[in-house]
Parts: sequence; structure tokens; C-alpha cells
Amino acid sequence: MAELLQTAAHAEHDHKPHGWRRWVFATNHKDIGTMYLIAAATMFLIGGLAAMAIRAQLFKSGMKLFDPAMFNSLTTMHGLIMIFGAIMPAWVGLANWMIPLQIGAPDMALPRLNNLSFWILPFAFTLMLASFFVPGGAVAGGWTMYPPLMQQFGAAFPMLIFAIHLMGISSILGAINVIVTIMNLRAPGMTLLRMPLFVWTWLITAYLLIAVMPVLAGAVTMQLTDHFFGTSFFNAAGGGDPVLFLHVFWFFGHPEVYILILPAFGIISEIIPTFSRKPLFGYEAMVYATASIAFLSFIVWGHHMFTVGMPVAAQLFFMLSTMLIAVPTGVKVFNWVATMWRGSLSFEPPMLFAVAFLFLFSIGGFSGLMLALVPSDYQYHGTYFVVAHFHYVLVPGAVFAIFGGVYYWLPKWSGRMYDMRLAKWHFWLSVIFVNVLFFPQHFLGLAGMPRRIPDYAPQFTDWNMVSSIGGFIFGASQVLFPYIVIKCIRSGKPIEANSPWDGAHGLEWELPCPAPYHSWQTPPTEAMLAHGTGH
Amino acid sequence: MKRTRLGRLLATSVLGLAGRLPLAWGASGWDELNMPRGVTSASRSIYALHMMALWVCVGIAVVVFGVMIWSLIFHRKARGAVPDVTLTHSTKVEVVWTAVPVIILASMAIPAARLLLKINNNADPQVNIRVTGFQWGWRYQYVGSDVSIISKLSASSNAASQLHSGISPTSVPHYLLSVDHKVVVPVGEKVRLLITSVDVIHSWWVPDLGVKRDAIPGYINEVSFTIAANRPGIYRGQCTELCGRGHAYMPIVVRAVTPAAYQAWLKQHSLSRGEAAAHTPAATLTST
Repeated sequence: MAELLQTAAHAEHDHKPHGWRRWVFATNHKDIGTMYLIAAATMFLIGGLAAMAIRAQLFKSGMKLFDPAMFNSLTTMHGLIMIFGAIMPAWVGLANWMIPLQIGAPDMALPRLNNLSFWILPFAFTLMLASFFVPGGAVAGGWTMYPPLMQQFGAAFPMLIFAIHLMGISSILGAINVIVTIMNLRAPGMTLLRMPLFVWTWLITAYLLIAVMPVLAGAVTMQLTDHFFGTSFFNAAGGGDPVLFLHVFWFFGHPEVYILILPAFGIISEIIPTFSRKPLFGYEAMVYATASIAFLSFIVWGHHMFTVGMPVAAQLFFMLSTMLIAVPTGVKVFNWVATMWRGSLSFEPPMLFAVAFLFLFSIGGFSGLMLALVPSDYQYHGTYFVVAHFHYVLVPGAVFAIFGGVYYWLPKWSGRMYDMRLAKWHFWLSVIFVNVLFFPQHFLGLAGMPRRIPDYAPQFTDWNMVSSIGGFIFGASQVLFPYIVIKCIRSGKPIEANSPWDGAHGLEWELPCPAPYHSWQTPPTEAMLAHGTGH
Repeated sequence: MKRTRLGRLLATSVLGLAGRLPLAWGASGWDELNMPRGVTSASRSIYALHMMALWVCVGIAVVVFGVMIWSLIFHRKARGAVPDVTLTHSTKVEVVWTAVPVIILASMAIPAARLLLKINNNADPQVNIRVTGFQWGWRYQYVGSDVSIISKLSASSNAASQLHSGISPTSVPHYLLSVDHKVVVPVGEKVRLLITSVDVIHSWWVPDLGVKRDAIPGYINEVSFTIAANRPGIYRGQCTELCGRGHAYMPIVVRAVTPAAYQAWLKQHSLSRGEAAAHTPAATLTST
């Protein structure tokens, strides 16, 4: 049997190791991309379970499933798992799969580094999740880890910090690989301004990662030395400054939120032209808008701290710089709308998710604009209004873009078409209940409900119930997603053409479906490039 | 089979939600949906700014979503729409949709900046209170007198909030929003809070006053408010910075009374403490 497989493998000329070696020693960008995506999906479901537990606890006033300390652990770990475990690895997985295909490169530039940056993650995730089971339970100071509160946790505290170090190293290595690949392995003729937007947004994201992950590592390391080695970076009693941590953390934290969303902009910029059967409107403006957003993300961190008592001049500066972000973001939204304008639209699952992204991400943008106004922020800060805002940009924003990207490229990866009807069920359940889940949280915040509380006054019950019901159905419908993907890989209808989408342009669609294990071993021709880039 | 089951699930949940909505709106109306107007000039100005920003966003949404919906309806392949592949760039519209947002943003930024400067004015307070957050409660010390209050979650809320307490929160008056000792302030006078913390970061928030400021160890944050003279009453809020296990259980309750009643309360409270007159509030600041 083994011999037979060996022969079969040779017949494919793939020369890939079989069994566990293929994955543990993986250097192929497609294998590593697949592993990243599986890891991300796993963490998404685990983080989702934490979210379900949170919504169950908050279903009504006074109902107690968990001790408040456990509830705080759940919110903390939900945030960390979703950000570092689900969304970021999903982007790296998509980058691994798509960047070489899209720029006509045979693989990522640094394949062994690629292996390392993936295989760090299971250890990081294990460490982070294992902290639930140590004495005292998981860290319960919020994903923002503000001292001095953070200093009050036990064995879980160094575990989490070490996990963050590991995830940071993984992200930095991944980002280096992306930059080196894009800078060096583009096919002849693929100039920077012919690159697909997904490649562009990832290139900019990679620079953000390299700039800010070390900042986070530094901030948490200072906490570590405060705790174990008697330093007083953030300890007021020792001459330190707790607010310093907030500044350093948010100097990382704000670019981080763009790390989570810029690749989404790239995917949406791929999907909308395909299903509008029209080239992207304002390609260059899109590139420059992305770069402007990335630059601005470094000078707006203070808007997370309007109530800490910064000087009024600083509050003014951060308000104005934050509002400025609305300009390039607006340009992007207008360009997407203009791409659809006078197009020939059809609504396959990737497009459905992209259109939902446009509407719902914009709602998150509107609440973001409202939050930028400092006097209003005094009322919104630390309430469910903020929770609603960032979930609108991250769930129907980043997560929907990931779903859209997977539904867009899955046929290319697997060579098979998924069950469209089920994928549309997945979409409609998601888009309806994500709103039932998060829209009422705006009301809760405005009416005065603080975030991160395990119990609340009875007047908040109605909207919490609505939100919880939306959460349960949204959560349950996500189980459809792995089912659809697995069903597609096992028994989807094979695709004959290079592209299942008649409007798709891009080098990945010049390759057969599925993309061969080793692709672009000879660079694409100028004709392919011209067809692929559309200009 | 699958479709009908999913369909039924969807139908029941939509109906369930629809059933809840009138209840949600009927219960206490607008309060459950929007920011309170509050009882200080700052909170009212903030409410006006919030509503202005909301309506600007709604206006932008109507235009942008309107264009999108138009495309979704009329530019469909299923309706035989032919793509206009030449429509890829237009310097004119791109300049317009960069410049117009800048103007809209400026029109929001100017009133916001004005209001920011106005409400951050802490000069000439008539009453000064040191507010010290701790895990989990608040200490209030009236500067210039020996009155000092420790304010914690009320016993009835505390009992009901225990895991498996069996006490319905609706049977407790102001569940999680009531304290044993309220902080008393005069209406019509400028009250300045000097806020700090002895352990972790907390945040002092009373929505009706339009005041939220973090209590940070090592820092003294200033914030001021003047409650309208015709609005004595009880105003409730909560800690809004995660501060550990008891974060949800350290509410803030302000009792606003007439200046005369305030003076009387201060005097009575001070007399009742007799021996406390000897030490100054400064000495007790960090000794919770």
C-alpha cells in the first residue's frame, strides 16, 4: 500500500513527503498556509465557545453561571484568542497560500523560516489555553493587560506573557517572510503598482507587524520584570507609572487593529471587482489610502485613553488625528462602491460576504467616528458602545472578509466547488444574527452599561437577552463553515476550468484548479500578467 | 429536511425577537436606547454633540448605502446589466470624495474641540472632594472639612449578587446601582473631584453628570461638574475600568441637594465624627 502511494506520488511529480513528515517538516507555502488556516479555525471555535459562555452569563440580570473571576478570565481569553489565535493566523494562512500564487512566485522566499513561524504557534496557543487550568485560573485583567491589575494574577501571568512572546516572534518572522517574498520574488513585469490589492495590503500590514510587535513584547516584558525581578516600570509606589503601560500598549494596539483589518481591505478589493465584472475603481488611490491609514495608525493611540487625564492639548491632537483616518477609509469605501457602480453584479457567497462587509464595516466606522469626538467619548468610553464598535469592525469586518476570501479561493485550493446553497445559509444566518448580536450593544452602552461586567442592573436585561440570542444563533451557525469546507474538499464537484468565477482576474486564476503542489516554477508570461492584472 | 429545520429555527428566533422588541421599548422607553441628557451643562452639551454626530453619520449612511443599494438592485447581472469596464478612475470624483469628508469632519471637530476646552475647565471650584478608588469601593473626602465617607455596594445588592443567591435582582431596589453611603454634593455649585486610586486603575463614571475619569495610583485626576440648580436628586453610575473580581460591584451614587441642605449635611456629618476633626484629609488619603 505504502509502495503504491509512493508510486502515485512520483506520478504526480510532487516530491512531497508523506504522512506526518509532510506537515511537521513542511516548507511548501500551500501546506503551511493550510496549517495556519486550520489553526485559526480551531482557535476561532475555541474563542467562540468563550464568547458563548460570556453571552450565557449575560443572558439576564442576576443569573450567575460563573464566578466573576472566571467571567473576567473568559472575556480576557476570548479577546486574546480571537486576536492572536484566530484572525492574525488566518491572515498569515491566506498570505501563505495566495501571495506566491498572486505574484507568480514558486513559494515564499524563506520556506524554513515559514515552517518555524507556524510551528511556534501550537506551543503558544497550548501555553495560553493551559493557563485556564493552573491555580488561580487564566489571567483576568482584560486583553489589554493594564497594570497594576495584571500584577495580581498568579501562575497564569508568566504563561500568558511567554505565549505572547511566542506569538510575537511568529508574527515577526511571518511578516519578514511576506516582505522578502513580495520584494524579491515577483514575476518579471509584476511592478509594485501592478500587484493585486491583497498583496499590497499584506505588504503594508507586514511593516506594521514588524514595527509594533516588539513594542508589545517590550511592554509585557516590563510587566514581567516588575512582577518577578523587582523593577518598577509601572508601579507608582516604586516611582513607576501605570499610564506609561497604557501609552506603550496602545502604541502597539492601534496599529494592531489595522493589522487585523488591512488584509480584509485587500480581500474585499479582490472580490468586489470579480463579481462586479469590472476592474477595481481607483487602484492607485486604494494603495495610497492603505498606506495613509497605516501611517496614521501610529499617531492616534491616545484615543484609547481619553479618560486617563491626558493634557487637553494631547486629547485635541488625538481627536483630530483619529478623525483624519476617516478620509482614507472613506476613499476606500467610495472606491468599492464605485467598483460596483455600473457593474454586472452577481451574488455568489464571496460577494455576499463582501457586500455585507461594506455595509457593516461602515457602521463600525461611523461609531468609530463618534468615539473620536472626545467629549462624547467621555460617555462612551469603557461601555458596551465600544464593545459594539470594535465587534462591528472585527466580526462583520475582518471575519467576514476571511469567510469571503475562503469562499473565493477554496475552489482554487481544493480544485472543487463547495455547496453554494449551504454557504448561502452560512452567510444569511451570519449576517442577520451578527446584527442581532452586536447592534443592541450600542443601546446598552449608551444607556450606561459598562463593559467587562459579569452582572448588570435589571434595566439592561432586554437588550442583553436579544444580544445573547443573536450570539447563540450566530455562534451555532459558524459550525456550518468547517462543515462546508470539509465537505468541499472530500466530495465537492471538481472544477475543470482555471477559474470558477467568470469575472476573476489575477495570476492565481491562470493556474489550474487545484493549484499544483509546486506552482509558478516557470514565471508567468507577459500575456498572463496582462490578463491577470487587467492593465 | 435540513432546509425546513433551519427555516423553522430562523422563523422562531425572528418571531421571538420581534416579540421582545415592544417590551424593550415599552419598559422604560428612550432610556434603554440612548445616552441620557443628564443634569449638568456638560452632559447636555455632550448629548447634543452625540446626537449631531449620530445624525451626520446617518446622513452619510443614507447617501453611501443608497448608492450601494441602487447598484445592488439595478446593476445586477441577472437583470442583464453590462459592466462599464472603462469606469476605473475619475480624478474629479476622487477629489470631491476626499474634500467633502474633510469639510464634514471639520464641521464636527470644531464644536467638539470647543466643548472639550469648555468642560475641562477646573478653575474656581466651590466644593472639592477627594475621590479614592479601591478594590472595591470608593472613598470620598471633603476638602476643608473632616468628612470622609466610604461608599460600597449596598448590602441588599451584595446579597443578591452572590453566586446562586436565589434572590431575584428585580426584588432589590437599584440592584448593583445602590451603595451603603452616598456621596452628597450641592446643586448649582461647581464641584471638583480629585480622583486617585490606592491599588489598581478604576474609573469614576456618572452618566447623568457627563463625568468619567480614571482613578490611577500615583495620579490625581481633576474633573469638575455643576449640577443644574433645579435638578436635585440621586444619580447613579458605575466603575468603568476593569479592576478585578469586584469590578461590577463598586457603583457610584451621588445625592445632589440644595446648598443649604448640603451645608447642613456636612455639618451634621462632621459633628458626628467628633474626634476625626484632629487629622487632615491629606493624611488619610492613602490609608484606606
